[in-house]
Amino acid sequence: MKKIASLLILLLLLSCSSDDESKTYNITLSFSHNWDGTPITNSDFNTIKFTNANNNQLSIERLRYLISDIKLESNNEVINLEAYKLIDVSNNKNLSFSPSVSIPEGTYSEVSFTFGFNNEDNDTEDGYNDLNVALFNVPSMLGGGYHYMQLDGKFINSNNEEQGYNYHAIRAVDNPGTNPTFPQDTFFKVTLGNVIISKNTTLNIEMNVAEWFKNPHIWDLNALNQMLMPNSTAQIMMYNNGQNVFSLKPDTP
Amino acid sequence: MTRRLLILTFILIALSCEKETVDKPVSGPTPSPLQIPKLFSNNLLDPVIPFDNPQTKEGVALGNKLFIDPILSLNNSQSCADCHLSKNAFSDSDRFSDGVEGIRGNRNSMPLFNLAWNFDEKFFWDGNTFSLEHQAFVPVTDPIEMNTTWTDVEQKLQQHPEYPTLFEQAFGTSIIDSTLVVKAIAQFERTLISSNSKFDKYLLGEVELTPEELNGFNVFMDETKGDCFHCHGNERNPLWTDNRFHNNGLDETFTDMGLGAVTGDPADNGKFKTPSLRNLQFTAPYMHDGRFTTLDEVINHYSEGLKNSNTIDPLMKKVAQGGVQLSPKDKADLKAFLLSLSDFEFINNPIFKNQ
Repeated sequence: MKKIASLLILLLLLSCSSDDESKTYNITLSFSHNWDGTPITNSDFNTIKFTNANNNQLSIERLRYLISDIKLESNNEVINLEAYKLIDVSNNKNLSFSPSVSIPEGTYSEVSFTFGFNNEDNDTEDGYNDLNVALFNVPSMLGGGYHYMQLDGKFINSNNEEQGYNYHAIRAVDNPGTNPTFPQDTFFKVTLGNVIISKNTTLNIEMNVAEWFKNPHIWDLNALNQMLMPNSTAQIMMYNNGQNVFSLKPDTP
Repeated sequence: MTRRLLILTFILIALSCEKETVDKPVSGPTPSPLQIPKLFSNNLLDPVIPFDNPQTKEGVALGNKLFIDPILSLNNSQSCADCHLSKNAFSDSDRFSDGVEGIRGNRNSMPLFNLAWNFDEKFFWDGNTFSLEHQAFVPVTDPIEMNTTWTDVEQKLQQHPEYPTLFEQAFGTSIIDSTLVVKAIAQFERTLISSNSKFDKYLLGEVELTPEELNGFNVFMDETKGDCFHCHGNERNPLWTDNRFHNNGLDETFTDMGLGAVTGDPADNGKFKTPSLRNLQFTAPYMHDGRFTTLDEVINHYSEGLKNSNTIDPLMKKVAQGGVQLSPKDKADLKAFLLSLSDFEFINNPIFKNQ
């Protein structure tokens, strides 16, 4: 009986080989962060060392953000890489990950993801257990779902004192309570241009944190610092400023 | 065509192997998987169970016995349960617990429940120990707690009329060492699951909350009021803690550095683990040093008692004004909500009861 099994395994291997003709590869997505070009990691946190476009001096103490629907697109196909990832710079979690999907080598017209969740993914009844554990939830009175980003730190306020700020991006919401309303979507698609997939490809994705504070809205932390989740105007400003936060870093040999 | 061949091949392989399967006699301890509450399985990740310390009926029973046995201490004078009383949700109503030598520490005994869902596995107020098993090593030799040596404990257990047999049943060996002792205790501690508070039952649709409790929950979840949820969670996280470390504005200067003494990073000075809000009715006094004797004091602290320091968490609101300035009505309702997280079934569970 063992001989039969061995023979069949051999047949199995032979039967597979003829199907495997195109080259496919696993890739890595790597996320790094800078302040107008100066690299930052969590070792730069907890010290007031950054200056935003409004000349507010500030620190970063916590930075984590959600991206979803991560995919590659070419003319005739879409390859879904990951449903979502919570990237936690504070704790160096998910700064780099390799989706399990194998990707045919070649050129793809764009790599893209959604900053946050689209409304459908954000509003699932079952939720996401890992995000629940991370306490990334948004209160039901604000529509529920999940934060898109938590950027916390301190700044020097107009009284020359350190003060906390919580730049928390969520789905913009009005009328908090049992029937909140949503003035406009504040998730957005990030499109990073074409990429070539080959062996050992790493897509280096950059976030310029300073962008959150300057374009098109010059962000005055004295005016907008805390309790921004129920502030739909602030949320829409975050949405606008987030449009050019991400970029694809060119490969360097 | 290829697929059909593959399927056929798998079937034949499966059939060819079937007759060679030999039934092995089952022996050893009886698996006893954790009974995971519905709210936990619906909303959380799987509990942390080390692959080399699976839950077993015999292991849990042994851990329970060890937990309440003073044999783990110098002169057999103190058990784990002396500072972790079931009626206090396995905490201590004393601000600082007495050790075997009558010496008091400088931190309040932490309550023990839902420990298998501490996903970062950092234990103690300052997170100085990784994993529940390693945590159980610490008090035995701590001079201000049980103040003995593991060699002494191992000898006493080995010479005991019952323990060698109990270890044989739990771990397949009657040779007792400290590693097996802490494994058994950790197994028992993982069974300390609290999930039957009034608020749990409300979430399961079994009871209604009072208007005061509901308003209190809204205060808790409102970023412009309590804003408690960023660290203590929400209805989708039945742990009511992030199990992380924060400076919540207790002091302007620190006599106890907390996490900072562990990491050596001044940015961590004054940071302590967020405690769960479950079972507050039974776990007074509050904060790492037990400085507040009532829940009212705790709420007043966040409302108007915050003290600024360079490591205060930026999630603390209106620090310059002393806090979030809750109205008397919102304070009372917030307290009512917090008390709805009390789990009387847990503290009265005869399986756990140690007083």
